Amino acid sequence: MARTHAETGSPAGAAAFLLVPNGPLRAGIDARAVIAVALVFLASTAVGAATATEGTRSALEVIWTWSPLLLWGFLFNLFISAAAMLIGTAAGVPLGVLQTSDLGPVRWLAWLVTQFFRNSPWLVLLFLCVFLIPYRFTVLGYTVLLPDWSKAILGFALPVMANVSEIVRGAIQSVPTGQWESSASLGFNRRQTLAQIILPQCYKRMLPPWMNLYSLITMSTVNASVVGVSEMITLTNEVLAAEGSRPALLAPLYGFALVCFFLYCYPIARWTQALERRFNVRG
Amino acid sequence: MRSVTHALGAPIVLLKHVCKRFGDVEVLKDISLEVAKGETICIIGPSGSGKSTILRCINGLVPVTSGSIKVDGVEVNDPKLDTLALRRKVGIVFQQYNLFPHKTALQNVMMAPVTVLKQDKAEVEARALKLLDKVRLAGKESSYPGELSGGQQQRVAIARSLAMNPLLMLFDEVTAALDPETKKEVLVTIRELAAEGMTCILVTHEMSFAREVADHVYFTDAGVIVEHGAPDEILQHPKEPRTRAFLEQVL
Amino acid sequence: MEAFADWFRWLYEVTGINLTYFYDPFDRARMLRGLLLTLWMAGVTIALSIVVGLIGAWLQGSRFRWLRLAVDGFISLFRNTPPLVQIYFFYFGLGYMLPRVPDVSSGQLEPLLSNVQWAIVSLSLFAGAFNIEIFRSGIEAVSRSTVEAAESLGFSRWQTYRDVVLPLAIRTCLPALSNNLVNLIKTTNLAYAIAVPELMYAAKQIWADTTNVPEMMITVLVIYVAIATLFAWGMTRLERWLKVPGFGTGA
Repeated sequence: MARTHAETGSPAGAAAFLLVPNGPLRAGIDARAVIAVALVFLASTAVGAATATEGTRSALEVIWTWSPLLLWGFLFNLFISAAAMLIGTAAGVPLGVLQTSDLGPVRWLAWLVTQFFRNSPWLVLLFLCVFLIPYRFTVLGYTVLLPDWSKAILGFALPVMANVSEIVRGAIQSVPTGQWESSASLGFNRRQTLAQIILPQCYKRMLPPWMNLYSLITMSTVNASVVGVSEMITLTNEVLAAEGSRPALLAPLYGFALVCFFLYCYPIARWTQALERRFNVRG
Repeated sequence: MRSVTHALGAPIVLLKHVCKRFGDVEVLKDISLEVAKGETICIIGPSGSGKSTILRCINGLVPVTSGSIKVDGVEVNDPKLDTLALRRKVGIVFQQYNLFPHKTALQNVMMAPVTVLKQDKAEVEARALKLLDKVRLAGKESSYPGELSGGQQQRVAIARSLAMNPLLMLFDEVTAALDPETKKEVLVTIRELAAEGMTCILVTHEMSFAREVADHVYFTDAGVIVEHGAPDEILQHPKEPRTRAFLEQVL
Repeated sequence: MEAFADWFRWLYEVTGINLTYFYDPFDRARMLRGLLLTLWMAGVTIALSIVVGLIGAWLQGSRFRWLRLAVDGFISLFRNTPPLVQIYFFYFGLGYMLPRVPDVSSGQLEPLLSNVQWAIVSLSLFAGAFNIEIFRSGIEAVSRSTVEAAESLGFSRWQTYRDVVLPLAIRTCLPALSNNLVNLIKTTNLAYAIAVPELMYAAKQIWADTTNVPEMMITVLVIYVAIATLFAWGMTRLERWLKVPGFGTGA
């Protein structure tokens, strides 16, 4: 019965339909999604536990024993992503502004840099930074050591920069030109207009995609395991080795990492969606 | 005179005690009406009085809760109803035109006969061209809906319904979204159709048009038919206070 | 051809820039194989992820609540976990649990799926999860009244879906789809982590032999950017080709 209403597009049906996204049903779906993850994880650990032979520990025991180390690794992932976001945003905002410059060559160059780093695979950029930046620098007689993780941060900051640049450009261009004209008529110069009129209006529009980007970069910090930075997945591989490389432990341990990332990123994704909806409604 | 024809003609549409509820809201309460072949009737009334729902029930877009609807002798309120056969007989034109935006005017008119009725494409095209000419849109065949004015789109929509050779045409406030200028073009088209003997049911707010084309006028309010009769009776000398109040407001 | 190779040998001698794959047939073959595998994986994962997206979007319209919930769970799961760990989980974790099957030629027990196949499966599911949401939003963007118009003309559910909903939905979601597929092309190089000999892996083998890390790194970067840019350009062409006048802009 209820379904017929929604289908016929009656006012009552439409109203019921509009209520759904914010209603209790949606929250129920969220809870179920989380439960689904937990079930997958439990199933894999159960299989691991069942196949544990005499004298070896079950998967759950292994995870429990090593969880302090693994979670420490996860924190390191979060640190890398935060640092990459910070650097990438600091570089990306000016790059995005340059993409809207009055000067043709400047605009073109900023566009080229943005497009290049946006279309490059993140793993390749990571390799580029980790393998090509020298391990030590000597500046003015001081020797600076650059550990792999610091180069990895740079490797993640590059794609962040390019994506932030696009977000900023899109947001600036979405502000009606009338704003520029009225600011000019009030005697603001370009820089003042940008800093005091245009950019403050863009925050709302930029926040959801920026948060999306943060979530994406957090998830790709595990790529650093490929170049040996000791983040969560590298540590997971080490734990596997320490436990005698038992294949039965593979699914549970990688499953544990999946769950950690899911529990961190899923709420961010929900929050981002909520923000998007709110900002969209307000136009 | 008109009311006599009304009583004598064989009914093409016959509604008996039709009720429709959406959840707790009773949109139609005990609606009965009949339309004879070749007749044009207008349904007037305040918005939200269930006028559009009556039309949607007649061609089976909305299932009724209780009561009987017969179109050309076939019961619509029947789970085993062949909806395709029903919709071939009943054309409907909507307030918002609802053309297919990715098809040209000609393709919009041709689509249903070709897809649904599996008719020969060349034959359908010839007919569609004639229909577009009839609604005065010759030359606009290859325009997309987005390139046409509201009135033009509405006339394509009329041609699209006519292409199915319906027995009966339903018009759901077809001029409500149009400006006065384009409104006229659409009304002229409908008037011609009615004059040619097409059976038409119009839901409309155009009182003067209703007076001009209708053989019979029904006034509905809050899901019931308050009164009905010849246009002059209802629109000039309404008996019911509700009808009077409504007409005072719109005229 | 020989002069071409000689020029790159000369370049190496004079500048130290060592592009071995231009003059060394062995390296060239390795590089080409890597490039072909990357292109092949990109093609197959794009196709499969679209299939996953279409099936998922279709299941989300299902009458069964648990089916819709399962699709929602699948989307949340794949969107909010690192694709690299997904690949590890599939290849190492699930790959270990699946039975081994005898190889056709040698008769030896082999894993059911190779590393290339696992990479394709997990990447397709990953990108497919995004595609489901993209397709769903496209389908939801088709206005209810346009669908009603098709129904009123007698279109069946499937005809409505094929001739009205799908053509409109595809046009609406093409930009988002293009974006996601470009991301997928870039993400295929995660297969490197499970030793799939794609472009990046081939480059690494070469630089391990010749220690020309910067040259190979930049080569890989340029090739990927070129593939992604070409694909994005192709999608823009497709968008323009499918563009209907007056649809999708403004209104």
